[in-house]
Amino acid sequence: MTAKINVTLKKSIMDPQGTAVKDAALSMGFDAVDDVRIGKHIEVKIKDGVSREEAEKQVELLCQKLLANPVMENFSFEITED
Amino acid sequence: MRFGIIVFPGSNCDSDCYHALRDVMGQDVRYVWHKESDISDVDCVVLPGGFSYGDYLRCGAIARFSPVMQSVQDFAEMGKPIIGICNGFQILTEAGLLPGALIRNRELKFICQPQYIRVEHNRSMFTNMCQDRQVLNVPIAHGEGNYVADEATLERLEANGQVIFRYCDAQGECTNEANPNGSMHNIAGIMNEKGNVLGMMPHPERVCDPILGGTDGRLIFGSIVEWAERRIANAK
Amino acid sequence: MPSKQRWDEVGLTENEYRMIIDILGREPNDLELNLYGVMWSEHCGYKHSRAMLKMFPTSGPRILQGPGENAGIVDIGDGLAVCMKVESHNHPSALEPYQGAATGMGGIIRDIFTMGSRPVALLDSLKFGPLDNPRSRYLMDGIVSGIAGYGNCIGIPTVAGEVGFDPCYTGNPLVNAMCVGLIRHDEIQRGAAAGVGNSVMIVGHTTGRDGMGGASFASVEITAESEERRSAVQVGDPFMEKLLLEACLELFKTGCVVGIQDMGAAGIISSTCETAARAGTGIELDVALVPKRETGMTPTEVMISESQERMLVIVEKGREQEVYDIFDKWGLHAVVIGHVTDDGMLRVLDNGVKVGEVPAKSLAEAPVYRPGYEKPAYIDELAAFDPLTLPLPDDMNDVLLKLLASPDICSKRWVYRQYDYMVRTDTALPPGSDAAVVRIKGTHKAIALTIDSNGRYSYLDPYKGGAIAVAEAARNIVCSGALPIAITDCLNFGTPEKPDIYWQFRESIMGMAEACRALDTPVISGNVSFYNETDRGAIYPTPTVGMAGVMEDVKHITTQAFKKDGDAIVLLGETKEELGASQFLNIIYGMQKGKVPDINLEKESSVQKATLKAIQEGIISSAHDCSDGGLAIALAESCISGRKGAYVNLKFGIRTDALLFGESQSRILISLKPEYLDKLFVICESFGVPCQVIGTVYGDRLNVDVNGNKVVQLPVEEMKDKWEGTIPAYMNRR
Repeated sequence: MTAKINVTLKKSIMDPQGTAVKDAALSMGFDAVDDVRIGKHIEVKIKDGVSREEAEKQVELLCQKLLANPVMENFSFEITED
Repeated sequence: MRFGIIVFPGSNCDSDCYHALRDVMGQDVRYVWHKESDISDVDCVVLPGGFSYGDYLRCGAIARFSPVMQSVQDFAEMGKPIIGICNGFQILTEAGLLPGALIRNRELKFICQPQYIRVEHNRSMFTNMCQDRQVLNVPIAHGEGNYVADEATLERLEANGQVIFRYCDAQGECTNEANPNGSMHNIAGIMNEKGNVLGMMPHPERVCDPILGGTDGRLIFGSIVEWAERRIANAK
Repeated sequence: MPSKQRWDEVGLTENEYRMIIDILGREPNDLELNLYGVMWSEHCGYKHSRAMLKMFPTSGPRILQGPGENAGIVDIGDGLAVCMKVESHNHPSALEPYQGAATGMGGIIRDIFTMGSRPVALLDSLKFGPLDNPRSRYLMDGIVSGIAGYGNCIGIPTVAGEVGFDPCYTGNPLVNAMCVGLIRHDEIQRGAAAGVGNSVMIVGHTTGRDGMGGASFASVEITAESEERRSAVQVGDPFMEKLLLEACLELFKTGCVVGIQDMGAAGIISSTCETAARAGTGIELDVALVPKRETGMTPTEVMISESQERMLVIVEKGREQEVYDIFDKWGLHAVVIGHVTDDGMLRVLDNGVKVGEVPAKSLAEAPVYRPGYEKPAYIDELAAFDPLTLPLPDDMNDVLLKLLASPDICSKRWVYRQYDYMVRTDTALPPGSDAAVVRIKGTHKAIALTIDSNGRYSYLDPYKGGAIAVAEAARNIVCSGALPIAITDCLNFGTPEKPDIYWQFRESIMGMAEACRALDTPVISGNVSFYNETDRGAIYPTPTVGMAGVMEDVKHITTQAFKKDGDAIVLLGETKEELGASQFLNIIYGMQKGKVPDINLEKESSVQKATLKAIQEGIISSAHDCSDGGLAIALAESCISGRKGAYVNLKFGIRTDALLFGESQSRILISLKPEYLDKLFVICESFGVPCQVIGTVYGDRLNVDVNGNKVVQLPVEEMKDKWEGTIPAYMNRR
């Protein structure tokens, strides 16, 4: 199994990177762009033999403790069969 | 000769280059705002260090779309000298004027320190005042200076003598320990195939004024001036 | 009882609530109450410190701007001046180390360019818990990266700093950031909303909900509950600030700016009421005109938002277009949100409808408290300990190596290598010596900069600790070849309502003030950070001193490194049998007690004057302050920096450990060519400074004999390896 994790900034947190990319996109003529938010995509390979339940539990904790800073980020993940 | 220093939003070594070229090297210099398109009055383009557009997304990724970059492309095709330093090097690779890419340093940390580099040969418009294999002390200050390219590109760069500066120790040995950021082949600076576009991570403008602890940077800027003067003399 | 909740919710007391009713002649509405809550918080209002801060000397012939503005300014001659300030960002950094430290840099940089000054250098003083604690390593890694991320991107070199470790800072790290700018006398800007009818503009970033209520957040102790208050986190945008910096400096040249103020803590509310209060005017503004990046923000949220990289600018009526043109060139917002009035009121409108109105001055002048103070019992108890009752260690080589490798004393290269300390090409003396030196292009002049603190001394004796912090900073400046001219201070303490904490605070200020007077270095700006407490108690009282010095000619730049074999090594000042409060006791015996070394400020001043005179006469090869770890560490550091050895022969009537590692104050270790010794003796004689030739620079080993016995024999390379290895060994752990 592989856990596909997305870490994004909370809505109230400013995203300077996203703003810079948005401005560049607009200046290049991509006028359909309204806003850009940049986050991280992380893939975590799960050991063979681990149950889906255990994997979900550990990935949830991994996100809380390491991959996301709950002070400013949200996370979501899905676990897929390889 | 006249140098044109391109100023992107977020450039921060623009005034350092200006000072080194005008006050130390005694050259004519002007700033070129990133929205300008006519750079026909300058003889050498400098893309200075800094954090253009905050280096958000990827270093140099947004700057390469600045209006002035089309003129810089044309300038390169005309065979005129272009030197990209640090962020300038990153912009040149993003713009496709130089091959390869610069990724995060091996230790994942920004590194600012004095650095020995070896001049691979002096048959270039950027090194004609140096000796072959001369060791220069030119500092680095970057978080993403780790040069990468595919095998074929590296082979071509080496075969054509396009690798012009390599990280080394005080004796000129290009060891792994002397490689500050993990660059392939200890690469610190490369030229394009024609040899008129140079990208380098070390900052020559920081070692022109002796009060800053060295003058090796003068050899690089001086080489460009020397090359231009010789060309003018030949034309006559 | 609904009204009881009202003042509690905004962090005010019942008494303060009554005061507001007296001022307004009515109950405040929610918006108004929130404005008072923010402005009368400790962070904005300095309620518990203002009375004490009056004890500092703040004026002098060189002082162009003392405390009370965004930053202080001190004259350095030829129409030039230095603008500087230090500020804490302890609490935000404890929660989100990278962004906390980064926004700390952003705030202090804005304070400097708000004055019209071009920022040229950054410094920082950092304190952490011990490095064997993973949380301390996490905080140090994030905080150092945050400082680097912001400073490097904006292109201002971080030229000097200090990093210290103690269990008292576990969970409550200290992040004190200092920015220094250069300015011509005729370019100074002020934060006053003068001229009725002039336009009030907001420039720079948009306003969002980020950092909501951070000012009141900084005014409470860190608890599990506050760790949940996520909205207090702000994100720094150094790219935006770089543009804002360039745009503001360009704008000042037009002469259309009447006043300008950084929107730091408490954003629009603090900047409007402070500028109006300074000018004795009022301001009317409409929150609907403020550019926002989120929808549905209430007027209160707009007023107290702490979104970064924004400025309030008061512009001459009719010249707004000049502002639009310049900010447009840099791709930044500039919007008129109101105008200056003559009625002294801060009037807040929402789409033309009045939603709040209070006297501007009443917001800017929070109540002043003089809490009770009492000397804590531990002071006399710990001072009574006599370190001379301890046995003499038998291997001084081992002690010296242990001290060199200790986190407080060891090399901080791991930290400063992450800072671009060379950008702007003015750093003539980079990190790693007593003070950094920044030259001024187009002149022969330079400025020397340092930042110092000593929590251990201040804990054991806050008065002496405060005085020594100032004296040591000045000694560092002098050792680099410059004349100390002014300080900026950051006072980090626990909860001021506790009598023992307030006693520490009061004593520290008195000690610092005395030293500032004696050394002729007035206080020109500063910041107070209270409530530095965790579940484990208060941090050590930690007054941090940032100091600037002026050097008329860069040829006087002096480093701590030994230069040449054969140079004579000389110790200036008196060495006493003082081991109390020393790093030696701390590291070797794990003891933080005993009597803090004495400091005689007259003698201090004489030693500094003699050293500076000798440097200016061009006879000095190296100069180094004797501080943490005493004479032996000073010798070792001069050897390591210069890659030179030394033969030293000491003849003193005191215990060997006190002689080598005691921290007697007012001592400077110098080296010079032997033929200059006579000149040095004459200078020392004229200032009444004791001066003793103790050895010679030679070879590649440090050899120290005491009364004929060989006590230290160490290769310089071995000392260097120990000194350099500690922090990388902790931090590069995976």
